[in-house]
Amino acid sequence: MSQLHTVNKSPLDRNTLESAIKHATKGNSVLMIEDGVYGAMQGTQKSGMVSDAMNDISFYVLGPDLKARGINEGRVIDGVKIVDYSGFVALVAEHDATQSWL
Amino acid sequence: MSETKKFLYVNRKAPYGTIYALESLEVVLIGAAFEQDVALAFLDDGVYQLTKGQTTDEVGMKNFSPTYRALGDYDVNKIYVEQESLDARGLTLDDLQALTYEDEDDDWAEKDSIKVVSAAEMAEIMEQSDVVLSF
Repeated sequence: MSQLHTVNKSPLDRNTLESAIKHATKGNSVLMIEDGVYGAMQGTQKSGMVSDAMNDISFYVLGPDLKARGINEGRVIDGVKIVDYSGFVALVAEHDATQSWL
Repeated sequence: MSETKKFLYVNRKAPYGTIYALESLEVVLIGAAFEQDVALAFLDDGVYQLTKGQTTDEVGMKNFSPTYRALGDYDVNKIYVEQESLDARGLTLDDLQALTYEDEDDDWAEKDSIKVVSAAEMAEIMEQSDVVLSF
């Protein structure tokens, strides 16, 4: 059962992303949306959390939420794939279940 | 109201994901009408509120970042941004909008409203405030 985990809080504000990653099993995906997109930025104290987990988990970030916050695509951690709303829908459809981490 | 009080608005949350950032800004503008001594503090995720390049058309929300540039016109020109919070997020002053005001005591010279301070200095600013409103 491959699950999609969505995270909508900044990793510097809550431990939501950390907990989602900890509870995601190999082959799962994590999609960062809303304030969660800050978790996809390079150069933060929490960036390592995402890069370290990349061997087992596929990471995605919602493009429109990056743009809303003025985060340039070039500042996204290497290996995190940027998706738009249709990509979000596709991810949900591709996975067996979606878990929203708030 | 004969006595002027030192107001500090503390901002610790990122914009758009929750309503705190916008609400805080609106309260500041409303409060500006009362002519008190107003200062704004941006720390923790609050520093994200001041970043440049916010483009919100794809998320269907109003981009309220230009409103920060109007603060100077409302005599709100003490905007403290915490260094440690910027560092933890990989941000520099360059990532933030340039907020300015015109100093009436200096021939209306345009000056920077943003002052980057350490957490220790921020604590002192908080200590010196009469009224602290947190968002």
